[in-house]
Amino acid sequence: MAKIKKKIKTIKVDADKCNGCRTCEVVCSAFHSSPKWSVINPARSRIQIIRHPLKNIWLPVFAGEYAPAECMGRDKYIIDGKEYDECAFCRASCPSRDLFKEPDSGLPLKCDMCEDDPPREKPLCVEWCLNDVLIYEEREEEVEEGVEMEDVEAGLTSMVDKYGLEKVAETITRMSQKE
Amino acid sequence: MRYAETGYNLEIDLATGNIERVETDPKLMETHLGGLGTSVKIHWDRVPPEVKAFDPENLLIFSSGLLIGTPAFSANRTIVTFISPQTGLLAYPMMGGFWSAELKYAGYDKVIFRNKSPEWVYIWINNDKVEIRDASHLVGKGALETQELIRNELNQPNAQVAAIGPAGENKVFVASIEQSRSSSSRGGGGAVMGDKKIKAVAVRGTKDIYLAHGDEFMEQMKEMTKYIKFRNENPLPGIMTILSGIGSPAEMKHTDEKWHTESFAWGNARRRRKDFWTKEIEESWKKTQLESTKRLISCFNCPTQCGGLITHEDVPSYMMKCFSKLTYLMGAEVDDLDFGYKIAKRAFEYGVDSFSTPQILAFAVELYEAGILTDKDFAGTDKYEACPSDKRGRFFWLLDRLAHREGIGDILADGVYWAARKIGKGAEAYDHNTIKKHEQMNIKLGMMDPLYYLMYSTNEKISITQMEGNWPQAAFPNKEDREAFVKDWPQLPDEHFKQYFLDWEPRGEKANPYYPTADMCSEIVDWMEMLHNIDDACCVCAGMSSFCLKPPWHIHNYPKIISAATGLDLDEAGLKKIVNRSRNLHRAFNIRRGMSRADEKPPEDHWKKRFPELEENLLSTYYKYKGWNMDGIPTKEKLHELDLDYVAEDLEKRGLYKNGQD
Ligand code: SF4
Ligand code: SF4
Ligand code: SF4
Repeated sequence: MAKIKKKIKTIKVDADKCNGCRTCEVVCSAFHSSPKWSVINPARSRIQIIRHPLKNIWLPVFAGEYAPAECMGRDKYIIDGKEYDECAFCRASCPSRDLFKEPDSGLPLKCDMCEDDPPREKPLCVEWCLNDVLIYEEREEEVEEGVEMEDVEAGLTSMVDKYGLEKVAETITRMSQKE
Repeated sequence: MRYAETGYNLEIDLATGNIERVETDPKLMETHLGGLGTSVKIHWDRVPPEVKAFDPENLLIFSSGLLIGTPAFSANRTIVTFISPQTGLLAYPMMGGFWSAELKYAGYDKVIFRNKSPEWVYIWINNDKVEIRDASHLVGKGALETQELIRNELNQPNAQVAAIGPAGENKVFVASIEQSRSSSSRGGGGAVMGDKKIKAVAVRGTKDIYLAHGDEFMEQMKEMTKYIKFRNENPLPGIMTILSGIGSPAEMKHTDEKWHTESFAWGNARRRRKDFWTKEIEESWKKTQLESTKRLISCFNCPTQCGGLITHEDVPSYMMKCFSKLTYLMGAEVDDLDFGYKIAKRAFEYGVDSFSTPQILAFAVELYEAGILTDKDFAGTDKYEACPSDKRGRFFWLLDRLAHREGIGDILADGVYWAARKIGKGAEAYDHNTIKKHEQMNIKLGMMDPLYYLMYSTNEKISITQMEGNWPQAAFPNKEDREAFVKDWPQLPDEHFKQYFLDWEPRGEKANPYYPTADMCSEIVDWMEMLHNIDDACCVCAGMSSFCLKPPWHIHNYPKIISAATGLDLDEAGLKKIVNRSRNLHRAFNIRRGMSRADEKPPEDHWKKRFPELEENLLSTYYKYKGWNMDGIPTKEKLHELDLDYVAEDLEKRGLYKNGQD
């Protein structure tokens, strides 16, 4: 496979500094509404703060890939004597939990690093977290060309998982006839 | 489409279990904005003056505010309103935390409770699904403990829970409602909640809030962010650390407590200890605080972090709020911060007001020392031991009695004013720090301060921290410092205020009590109060606005932000008029319940040097400025100007305009 140059975007999470304000959730949801900034709903955010205040756990987690099925084996971490929820660090939008799904349709959410036209200097959650919890870094790397599951495809896959291929295909055909 | 607000209230009749989602009149936003403003309107319309705190008709309203759920920084207050059992007036204690944002995302602006439940219940609001659930297994549980228990039993880690503890269950007049890292404390909301047999209200929401002009709104927030960053990097020079930054006083972060411990009065608001803050104390307190504070935490969507997660020795983790760190300790006259952390946790679990309660306990200790209360009052029973004789033990014991209304605690639970009258034998003389039957901050000073005189006397909140803030607490001795301070002061409503500040001296002719003059004081106090009223309608934290020197929120950006959020076309004059309307409606509501000019005065010993004539003149001047008659009642003309003719008619009908005044 051919090698291509790719920009790797990283958000470093200094979780010890998080004060649990949820500004990142508010802003992410606002940015991804359409038109931009018109709708606020942290449940639609691609970053979620896992909070257990009395256990001193405030953990920002970003939405990653859509997972059609839940894992058979689960992880459960204890760090510095603090026991985290099952799957706490996992970024998947997965059937085992409500995290990273549109609250109404259940469609999976995924952090897109605030893709925008023209591109933004920094992702929104990074810009608005005034406590320096989220630190943005960029670098270039050579990677093998591969096929990435785009948002639309991820969404469709989840619909197919939920309703079956036939039903989804039928609906799309019907919709395209209406257009 | 409704912008910024959800347009729905939840009405719950506890007697019948009927739950209704009621659409609100969109016009109300134009006339009262939301939050405290629209809540006052509901109380005016539905709670007649005969209704007492523990009557079924007393409404208990949990309200979010206009800007809650939007990206507006520090918009996170929940305002709870009810007739207070202690004062008989409309109380409106507010709490920070996360509850009201969750309510808004669940699709409601307010939850309105009426009547009483026959059995103990808690309410579970999950978007459109609202349930009244059995709470019999939670009775007797602590207010913090209950929050966790409910989250666990619902399996909803993200639910926000406002709960009462044993004090609320026992209808203690100073019972609070606790939630996350905050509480709604002043005036006894916990007691009204307990009277209605509501143990807790849990809420989780995943719905949308709409902004009318999102782009503009975010531009405003960007401006504010710049200012917040600037202020974080540049604390105000010449101001004590605790007030030099933005946000509520960062009590968990700063370890220097020289100012509070030496300027405020210890015991039953009696003694100032001007040499308390020794090197030794400083070191020991710093050690305790740094070891115990595991993390600084914020409320919903606030960039500052004035709360702290505390793990102190064998005390289970809890979240400390603001000044509670000091109030019990100073009341008990214990010099060790360790005591403050230990008793605060127990008090939060009981669910009691951290301002009033320590003063009630200190009052009891004083009465005991004076022989008015005796060993009989401090005796044990088969349920509990007799009161220990050490300072710490005594406070814990008294707190236990008060929260459970046991023995002498049953009398103390009504607060200093009522307890003094029940106890008699001269106890009334020890009730020296209440206004309108409500315990005040533990401050006793020398020279009468005209600004504070007005604030103490006239605000409906009956709690000074809910009114002061934008004007420095004292004159700056140096002219150069004053010049530097006014140079960069965009928050002022008008430029001419600068001169007042420049001319204001700590001593001499242009100093307290004669300067600022009564006219100037009226303007300054009115400005500060107006800003608090805007905050309370929007439910923005006063720490980022009205209770902060040079705050991020002020009269010049508020109208733009509210307009962008709601689509209203508001200017400064328009916004002022709206909150003025709500403010006057609130006053009329309290007047109807018997509040009068005679009630409007600070405690007699608040200052050593008093000026009766000047004070009367201050009050009259302020009344006039506000458009109130000499009894402190809004005039018909004022009410007409504010489109409140229906209020004027009501006051007239009840014969409240006396001696030819209208
Ligand atoms: S904005 Fe920053 S501090 Fe606030 S919750 Fe998000 S990561 Fe934590
Ligand atoms: S980078 Fe952008 S899309 Fe990803 S979580 Fe942050 S705000 Fe949301
Ligand atoms: S300033 Fe403090 S009390 Fe106010 S909203 Fe922010 S964290 Fe909460």
